[in-house]
Amino acid sequence: MASSGLRIAIVGGGLAGLAAAMKIAEAGHDVDLISVVPVKRSHSVCAQGGINGAVNTKGEGDSPAKHLDDTVYGGDFLANQPPVKRMCDMAPQIIYLFDRMGVPFSRTQEGLLDFRRFGGTLHHRTAFAGASTGQQLLYALDEQVRKWEVKGRVNKYEGWEMLSLVLDDHQVCRGLIAMDLQSLELREFKADAVIMATGGPGLIFGKSTNSMTCTGSAVSVCYQQGARYANGEFIQVHPTSIPGEDKLRLMSESARGEGGRVWVPKDPQDSRSPRDIPEDERWYFLEEKYPAYGNLVPRDIATREIFQVCLEGKGVNAENQVYLDLTHIPAEVLTERLGAILEIYEMFVGDDPRYVPMRIFPGVHYSMGGLWVDFEQRTNIPGLFAAGECDYSIHGANRLGANSLVSCVYGGFTAAPSAIEYAKNVERGETETNGIHADELKRQQEINEQIFRNQGPENQYKLHEEMGKVMTDNVTVVRYNDRLKATDEKLLELQDRFHRISINDSNLWATQAIPHARQLWNMLQLARVITLGALNRNESRGAHYKPDFPERNDDEWLKTTIAEYSEEAPVFSYEPVDVSLVEPRKRDYSKGKAKEAK
Amino acid sequence: MTTNGHHEKKRLTDPPKSIKIKIHRRDSPDSPAVFEIFEIPYRRNLNVISVLMEIRKNPVTVEGKTTTPPVWDMSCLEQVCGICTMVIDGRVRQSCSALIDDLLLASASDTVTLQPMSKFPNVRDLKVDRSRMFEHLKKVNAWIELDGTYDLGPGPHISNETAQERYAYSRCMTCGCCLEACPQYSDEQYIGPQAIAQARLFNMHPSGSITKNDRLEGLLGDDGITNCGDAQNCVQVCPMAIPLTKAIYETNRDVTVNALFGWLKK
Repeated sequence: MASSGLRIAIVGGGLAGLAAAMKIAEAGHDVDLISVVPVKRSHSVCAQGGINGAVNTKGEGDSPAKHLDDTVYGGDFLANQPPVKRMCDMAPQIIYLFDRMGVPFSRTQEGLLDFRRFGGTLHHRTAFAGASTGQQLLYALDEQVRKWEVKGRVNKYEGWEMLSLVLDDHQVCRGLIAMDLQSLELREFKADAVIMATGGPGLIFGKSTNSMTCTGSAVSVCYQQGARYANGEFIQVHPTSIPGEDKLRLMSESARGEGGRVWVPKDPQDSRSPRDIPEDERWYFLEEKYPAYGNLVPRDIATREIFQVCLEGKGVNAENQVYLDLTHIPAEVLTERLGAILEIYEMFVGDDPRYVPMRIFPGVHYSMGGLWVDFEQRTNIPGLFAAGECDYSIHGANRLGANSLVSCVYGGFTAAPSAIEYAKNVERGETETNGIHADELKRQQEINEQIFRNQGPENQYKLHEEMGKVMTDNVTVVRYNDRLKATDEKLLELQDRFHRISINDSNLWATQAIPHARQLWNMLQLARVITLGALNRNESRGAHYKPDFPERNDDEWLKTTIAEYSEEAPVFSYEPVDVSLVEPRKRDYSKGKAKEAK
Repeated sequence: MTTNGHHEKKRLTDPPKSIKIKIHRRDSPDSPAVFEIFEIPYRRNLNVISVLMEIRKNPVTVEGKTTTPPVWDMSCLEQVCGICTMVIDGRVRQSCSALIDDLLLASASDTVTLQPMSKFPNVRDLKVDRSRMFEHLKKVNAWIELDGTYDLGPGPHISNETAQERYAYSRCMTCGCCLEACPQYSDEQYIGPQAIAQARLFNMHPSGSITKNDRLEGLLGDDGITNCGDAQNCVQVCPMAIPLTKAIYETNRDVTVNALFGWLKK
């Protein structure tokens, strides 16, 4: 196929990156697609519940306007509303397109798409493919992009990690440097436009529901090179995840919807099997504290309560875990209603939750914050775009379930034409020949050599664990300013100790030690953005909760946090939120939930 | 499974204080393979991934030799991305969902043996290069041909029964277990059940069936579907319980019909 001559690079091959790649290839332009894993293995596969779009096939009078209202209300009015509206308007078309691509969505008796209910709305708005909708949508885009790969439009670099942007003297993005994770070869990718689609930064918190690739490292690099990072302090923590030695796996809130009860033994050291602990020696703390709603209190409240119980040493075995108990419900009912998620628990923990209470704990799940973009997915760096979880634009202070998949595709579909338009009009000038790409490559090579040469007593994996622990303890569910300050001091200490790590790997072929060290450094930078952003914001809004400032404060804080890098510390500024479509109102979570619980 | 008919996990009644992990090591594709044995304290709820993470922090063998951190692939850790597949105590599976207690119970020993998959180039230690699996997908045109991605309304009506049957095939995470277990799959002799099942997935779709013959032609070559030896190992090791032998049977039937009568259409 003849080339248009435009060069566009996409970093990340999840739903957002593949959506953009498909659109750009279809428009007749070449794409370099860079991904740390084969794109089919991206974190989008982990999304389960479904994808929202107001298709209104159930005669409920649903509409994109209601989807907009639910989304900005659920996000506690921190999102700029125009792009949310555009996403909600586009959502039905997105679902139809996936239908045409052959996604095996569940169907009605007529053979139409079926829709189900999800949190934060009263409508059947969520299309789903079994309990693995993210996997199915990702595969559909993977297939379409493979077709373009065969036609020569898309060049995939799978197993490559972006190390830095190439910026010219005017801070215009002219491409990027990436590293082959097998040979550790560095390569320059010249590009007229670069689209970041690298997902979330869950690994900053050590263990999260995220995949091990979700370090936020590439986005942190953009930030360190001058990209603005917005609303970093808004991190969604899901109330019920399955603690594992290696990660936290999600346990859907439908378990509580079907009657699951959360409890801990009154004596944390009680060594009996949970089934042998009598009723009066159990503490059903949610039911006790919230008699009206019990275990079906809103997600942020449930998360805060469970977290607090464990922080005070009252978890099961005084560890970070509480029981989520379904054993009072007949096994056949559970199998029918919750089979898929119970299988996940059984596979990884070994116990059958129909007979043994699950051990669960809140888990870091999603970043509402990310690279600042305008309404066309442009960052503040000319030539640099962002889409998906790595941009901040849609979810405000809290994301609704099943809105992540649609926001990824919307972001990719919007970034693609925006990047094409920019690439068509940008002059390459002397940046083709003045050696800026080679210079940046050399700089990155020197960083690798420095890490390789470093000799010291510190172990990078232990530093990562320490970062994860301090971030999880202090910068997730309940936030206090003194602890946030102490966390920032700890992060600075870790940054200092980072310079004394040894990588302990003399063999550079396919080593994971150098890539991890680079990711760790970048995570430590982004961790400060999250922590200090939280320190500054003296109010409670969505996922950001400070007991010392328990109310939302629109007068002072209805504004977007923007962090810009400086060597000393992130520099913060704030910009107003565009609330031109839905007037902010008090978020009365309990009322909507009461209806849903029926 | 255990007491009172309840399904509490069958635990090691007398777990060892420590467990031994025997790991296949290879510095590079051209280096010889050796085994190294590591010992770590036993804890409940360990899986193979968490054991490898523990070893990575302090890579010292049982002989006290400091060695390089083992290299392996991992990502989702929920058995849905497929990347962490390896051969564990002789059986190919995902390492994230391989629980140490289960492995020790099954082997009645205190040792777990980890090896890379053997049907793919061994990059280093437990890491392999499965890019040929994605090449297989190109060969069978594993996609729907669209007129364009602009808004053309919904797709064709499909019964829920067909959707569910396709869903089973669509769960394939390209992990390679079926190919590792297949006695016929080696040295490009046979494309294998993975790609055949994906051809079936798209041929079952009303729009996909329009280009059905293109997919079947991809299965007609020297490495094509007729090389299946009917060992049925694939369906036994598939972690997603995909009906691979059914896909092979049904696709083979279509290939035969296409080969016999396809020329009539030309």
